[in-house]
Amino acid sequence: MARYLLTRAWQSALTLLLSTIVVFVGVRALPGDPALALAGEDRSPEALEAIRRHYGLDQPLPVQFAQYVERMAQGDFGVSIRTGTPVSSMLTTALPVTVELSVLAILIASALGVGAGVLAAVRRGRPAEWLANGLALVGLSVPHFWLGLLAILYLSVATGLFPASGFVPILEDPVDNLHHIILPAVILGTGLAAIIMRQTRSAMLDSLSSDYVRTAKAKGLRPRAVITRHALRNSLIVVVTVVGLQLGGLISGAVVTEQIFGLPGFGKMTIDAVFQRDYPVIQAVVLLTATAYIVINFFVDLLYSVIDPRIRVTGDPA
Amino acid sequence: MTTPSAPVLEIRDLSVSFPTETGTVSAVDGVSLDLAPGEIVGMVGESGCGKSVTAMSIAGLLPGSARITGSVRLDGAELVGARESALRRVRGQEIAYIFQEPMTSLNPVLTVGRQIGEVLQVHERMSRRAARARAVELLTLVGIPSAAQRVDTYPHQLSGGMRQRVMIAMAVACGPKVLVADEPTTALDVTVQAGILQVLRDLRDRLGTSILIITHDLGVIADIADRVVVMYAGRVVERAPVDDLFARPRHRYTAGLLSASPQPGRHAGTDRLTEIPGLVPVLSTQPDACTFADRCPAADATCRDAAPPLEGIGGTDHVAACWHPCSTAPQEATR
Repeated sequence: MARYLLTRAWQSALTLLLSTIVVFVGVRALPGDPALALAGEDRSPEALEAIRRHYGLDQPLPVQFAQYVERMAQGDFGVSIRTGTPVSSMLTTALPVTVELSVLAILIASALGVGAGVLAAVRRGRPAEWLANGLALVGLSVPHFWLGLLAILYLSVATGLFPASGFVPILEDPVDNLHHIILPAVILGTGLAAIIMRQTRSAMLDSLSSDYVRTAKAKGLRPRAVITRHALRNSLIVVVTVVGLQLGGLISGAVVTEQIFGLPGFGKMTIDAVFQRDYPVIQAVVLLTATAYIVINFFVDLLYSVIDPRIRVTGDPA
Repeated sequence: MTTPSAPVLEIRDLSVSFPTETGTVSAVDGVSLDLAPGEIVGMVGESGCGKSVTAMSIAGLLPGSARITGSVRLDGAELVGARESALRRVRGQEIAYIFQEPMTSLNPVLTVGRQIGEVLQVHERMSRRAARARAVELLTLVGIPSAAQRVDTYPHQLSGGMRQRVMIAMAVACGPKVLVADEPTTALDVTVQAGILQVLRDLRDRLGTSILIITHDLGVIADIADRVVVMYAGRVVERAPVDDLFARPRHRYTAGLLSASPQPGRHAGTDRLTEIPGLVPVLSTQPDACTFADRCPAADATCRDAAPPLEGIGGTDHVAACWHPCSTAPQEATR
């Protein structure tokens, strides 16, 4: 197991380095000159030159990259070109919002999706399945920015059940925090819930007709034990794979959702930075997203081996 | 071995049909069968003859769409139409199953100890710890070496024969009265097969379990069974003590089956095995005729007009449903 972890960690580090290079080069390949954007009214060559020198933009790319990696290794993501605040401090305020939103969305989506999927499989051909399938179709086909707008319109503006926008940090007031974030989280989770539901349903249908479920029934187990311990446990492998693959979509969904609900998160920070050609910020957010991806994949891999002993990699041959 | 004591399992006139998109399919038609305490009965027939459906219907394991009529009594208690909760108490405790594919029949994500322990936790209300300890004993009982280590392994870490032993350990955990073994050795090597059959025989001798063993392998039947039931297209066509059946098959289908399997003394290369022409028919309704008539060398108008009754021959417990049974001369049908 330790060896497996080491190999995976090494692979992850390599992926991280590659993504750093891609991000660095990619940002600089974008059209538009940050010096121009910063200069504002005074676009004299001297002023532009001074700006470039100040931000190190006059150095050759490899030098810029080396400096960048060196600073990053020290936890210094640079200073926002636009606002002059350190990127790291921007991240510490924005990141918790997005992490909370995404984690909550995943939890809601998993609970709803797995629950509805199991129900649809167990109650196959009955109204419960049709309802679950119908809801999943809606969840998949309705874009969540539109769903978000509807939710704001009916649940916030018309009835005042939830705040339409804004955010309260969880440490300040946990209840108010939840009140602000639950609606965006539900909206963000709908698509994922629908996908999870469909995958759970088909995986459950497979396992319910499997030989080991027949064995479990022949042992005289209660239906609940047959469904959860035997059928669902085997279906979760498929579900975890799907959730892992969908996390990328979730991150981009979070960007849009934050924009709609005016949450001061990572997504909003990204959009602002891209429009402003705020190189240090773009680099930081893209790199962080890539890191999140790599780390999540690492954990999904680990989760597989927890769920399925056949994937478990052990030092001793069994 | 004929036991005069009351049968532990009595199947009377059991019929099973399934509604399908193209109409009803009749899988089992009027099967009757007794299983005495400690008796091993073999059930043979080609694929699709209804032997597995018969086996599954005993403890109500068929899907809800199956239409079941007739009677299955365990120690006098009716199981057909019994409540699901009553059936659950019977399953695993009174009637246990062993299935064909030990790889797919065991849950890949649970340790074998857990899967054996589960039965004990449900039926004997054992704690998880006690169930695990008992699982080790059971694994030893079915001949798994270093059971204390093996109890924590997963099915994929065991060989096919070991897995089937685990299945057996699971099945006998609560000391069931009846063990239904559906093709228990089909997926295994011949050497492993002999070991598994030995385990089953030991269990019968030690625990007095009655065993219904379902197979298409006549060798397995000859090896282990006391009595044999031959099924064809959902019906019992012949029932006899094992030696009697092999020596004097009465039904033309049984004779055909016997001559289709290799036997010692007949020389490879010079004697060709005789096959039975045609296939087992899929029936929507059970006709009032011999269902084997279309494939039978001795069939005539009578066979197509009326179903032959299952009749005894000369006061023995050898019965066959055939209008033109083979003569009683040993092995006439196989040259």
